[in-house]
Amino acid sequence: MTAHQSARLERKKLLADPVLIITIVLLTLFLLLFILYPLGMLLADSVFSTESFVAYTVAERPEDMTVTDAQGQATDRFIRQGQARKTPYYVVESTEGFQVKEELGRSTSLLYLDSVLPEGGQDTVVVVQTRQPLFTFQAFPHIFGDYTFIRALTNTLQLGVITALGGTLIGLLFAYVDTYVRVRTRLLKKLFDIVSLLPVVSPPFVLSLSMILLFGKSGLITRKVLGIYDSDVYGMWGIAIVQILTFFPVCYMMLKGLLKNIDPSMEEAARDMGASRWKVFTTVTFPLMLPGLGNAFLVTFIESVADFANPMIIGGSFDTLATTIYLRITGGSYDTQGAAAMAVVLLSLTIMMFLIQKYYLEAKTAATLTGKASRERMLITDRSVTRPLTVLCSLLSVFVIMMYVAIPFGSLFKLWGRDYSLSFRWYEQLFKQDGLKAFRDSFVLSLIASPITALLSMIISYLVVKRRFRGRGFIEFVSILAMAVPGTVLGVGFIRGFAGGVLRTGFLQGIYGTAAILVIVFVVRSLPVGTRSGISALRQIHPSIEESAYDLGAGSGKVFTSITLPLIKDSFLSGLVTTFVRSITAISAIILLVTPRYLLITTRINEFAEKGSYGVACAYATILIAIVYAAILLMNLVIKYFGTSKAVREAK
Amino acid sequence: MADKQGVRIDAISKIYTDPKTRKPFYAVDKISLDILPGEFVTLLGPSGCGKTTTLRMIAGFESPDEGEIYIGNQPINHLTPNKRDTAMVFQSYALFPHYNVFDNVAYGLKLRGLSKEEIHDKVTRILNLVELPGMEARMTNQLSGGQQQRVALARALVVEPAVLLFDEPLSNLDAKLRITMRTEIRRIQQQLGITAVYVTHDQAEAMSISDRIVIMDKGVIAQAGTPHEIYYHPNSAFVADFIGEANFLPAKALAAEGGQIRLSIHGHEVTLPNPSGFAAGRDCQLMLRPEAAQIGHTGLLPCEVTLSTFMGAYQSYHVMVGDSLVKISDPCPINKHIFQVGDQAWLGFEPNCVHLL
Repeated sequence: MTAHQSARLERKKLLADPVLIITIVLLTLFLLLFILYPLGMLLADSVFSTESFVAYTVAERPEDMTVTDAQGQATDRFIRQGQARKTPYYVVESTEGFQVKEELGRSTSLLYLDSVLPEGGQDTVVVVQTRQPLFTFQAFPHIFGDYTFIRALTNTLQLGVITALGGTLIGLLFAYVDTYVRVRTRLLKKLFDIVSLLPVVSPPFVLSLSMILLFGKSGLITRKVLGIYDSDVYGMWGIAIVQILTFFPVCYMMLKGLLKNIDPSMEEAARDMGASRWKVFTTVTFPLMLPGLGNAFLVTFIESVADFANPMIIGGSFDTLATTIYLRITGGSYDTQGAAAMAVVLLSLTIMMFLIQKYYLEAKTAATLTGKASRERMLITDRSVTRPLTVLCSLLSVFVIMMYVAIPFGSLFKLWGRDYSLSFRWYEQLFKQDGLKAFRDSFVLSLIASPITALLSMIISYLVVKRRFRGRGFIEFVSILAMAVPGTVLGVGFIRGFAGGVLRTGFLQGIYGTAAILVIVFVVRSLPVGTRSGISALRQIHPSIEESAYDLGAGSGKVFTSITLPLIKDSFLSGLVTTFVRSITAISAIILLVTPRYLLITTRINEFAEKGSYGVACAYATILIAIVYAAILLMNLVIKYFGTSKAVREAK
Repeated sequence: MADKQGVRIDAISKIYTDPKTRKPFYAVDKISLDILPGEFVTLLGPSGCGKTTTLRMIAGFESPDEGEIYIGNQPINHLTPNKRDTAMVFQSYALFPHYNVFDNVAYGLKLRGLSKEEIHDKVTRILNLVELPGMEARMTNQLSGGQQQRVALARALVVEPAVLLFDEPLSNLDAKLRITMRTEIRRIQQQLGITAVYVTHDQAEAMSISDRIVIMDKGVIAQAGTPHEIYYHPNSAFVADFIGEANFLPAKALAAEGGQIRLSIHGHEVTLPNPSGFAAGRDCQLMLRPEAAQIGHTGLLPCEVTLSTFMGAYQSYHVMVGDSLVKISDPCPINKHIFQVGDQAWLGFEPNCVHLL
């Protein structure tokens, strides 16, 4: 049977195309090394350690005790003594092979002593630390026995559900009003546009800052307007409000697209048969968009769970998984194995949600809502419906916009809460304290990352959509999967994966702590967004256009540069800016990897906000928003004049 | 232009896996075909018969699971599409929307590293040939469907490929334009003497354009021959029915002698010439084209009229001969007796106009 002839021929044809082969190999290596490997290291770290120890009992003091190797030589070195679960212990280090009289247990880290040592009242225990590799699942039972972890986990889940519910509901309200209700004022349409643009422009923690400024203890509204002196915005509700306001525009955009695809005739048929408007919504519209709502819910849930910046600034004592992991690594206990295990838990959570969303709900959404609406929808003009909905949406929009406006004012008032006179003192302070360097570093690093990401994501989309080869599924899956990886998890993965070189061999060790690793993190964090937009742009291009170029004699490199790229120029350009914006506003992964050699705007804002210097933090945030907004304006201008021509867009 | 080259297809197959049953099936099943240099061959068949797959295997977009394809004497299985001396005209035209007409046509020439002057000369000449002179600067969205198709044709022709491939190039055009364009394609192909493989499901298009038609069905070749052969001497009911309209009358061969054959059709005896040497004693089918059938007050077989429709150029009848339905197109009805539904009449035909299957 020669059924494999075609496979052989395809392979041969592929090999005849060195550009394609090299691209695929390099791309696969990149994805393996910078996405899968760090995550794999996390998994390995949580179950495997080379810093293992064993414990055993002796009656004597450690000075009298000897740990001997096979030749009877003493190999131990006293390190410290202490007490765990009321059992006094001594730690000695042994680098050679040793023999143990009575082994009580093995563990991968001294941090887990209390889960190994017997309950108090026993004899003194001698703990021998060795460098023997050890494989255990101890870290998991340990963190699940750890109160701070359990609390962080329940906090995270609780917050995720509240934020996702709130975000989806408000998003649904906006989407419904936008597509179903006749809005008289153009002002409201304008408000809607601003609200949907804001989360793109704003750095992740801006709303937290303004929440504190407006509603905090010395908040403008709480203290000045309402006269409340003991307002507490720190904690779950603070984060939830901020997250809902940050993420609902994403739901709004998703659900708007969905509602536009519902054929109005279905609803008209229901109305025609005598259903009230509310009945139509509950029996037709709502069931049709249920999978889409689920979709929006899960996307928001993932965002909320992965969010690092907001819980950091406004969380107070309310720790989430992301912040707990960060504190585990930086907060003095250096429990990297525990942090790794927590990161694995957080990662499994987001990936599970992501897989459900991607492979179950998205397919279901596509199945219920096929094709375009056959004609325009008759908008609701009934005052009793339009009035309350319009008022509600306007209030929410104004509230969101007010939150953003508070930031520049925060940077201009002399002392928030006390002295509301205008001054530039915070800006002066900013520039005195390495402000320029922070802007330069952030700007340059993001500027380097953005063309790399934009090009890379276009290449990935081209390969995924237009070419057939083994490993295509892998490339698509991994580059989209990166979307579900919380920044904190990626950061911990990079620390564990590259701090001692790849696989602790010292290979690529130089990269750790340099600008290169920061740029790579920027690239990895933005790649899924760019790839997704590239893929949807490319799906619109008829395959025969590239085939005809191929047929006329162009190799795949030539096809990509002369045909594909010009046709998806818009997607490429917006990829450039999206990456730039995402990079310059990124914090979660970066904060774990940045070294004092580089100052970044976002980490500076975080520092100042933590110290309570909201003035400087606001000054930074104001300039950052200005930069991002300028970048987006520039992009729109460039797309208008140099983007894909009208001819191309019409051809699609 | 380089020496003319033919295409030899040697027992090629394409095996796909059925997504539902997960069983392999042959989309193309051991097809062999010799296309002569300069010949215009059309692959014709219903959708899913494997014609497009065959064409895409010649172009190199698909790889055959069995067999080998040659252009001239060179096996080309291992070559990627860009290394093959073929050029394809696509159903969707596949013009590059970001280029104007000139750049579209010049694309293949630029890849071949020709000088600017040469490119300019060749593009101008080919645009004259497809009757689009002076359109160089137009963007493709400023062209009509027919003009776009001419640009696509020019783009394929200008690189002077050994083989020109057409994948249903006219199916997006309206009926009138289709007829003009197929004459155009035929004229240019004849003028350049280029080898062409053309895929279509439109039998009229195939008849009018081809030197040879290859009728495909379920991955195999049902019949290959000149349009004339295929029309008048189909080798199966499928081919007869697919090309033009055909009536089938069940018959029994009573005796065959001296180049004649005596048939019994619904109890009536008819004697016909027997060029293919049909043997006596067999059941067979008499194939009769509607335009070769006659209706009158005398004839060979008695029939009853069940439908009579005035079509302008002809009167269309449905008549029953025994329990077989026969369609008749009777030309110039103005001078003839018009039979009405329910009339008893006689069916007749010239003996050399029928075909035994």
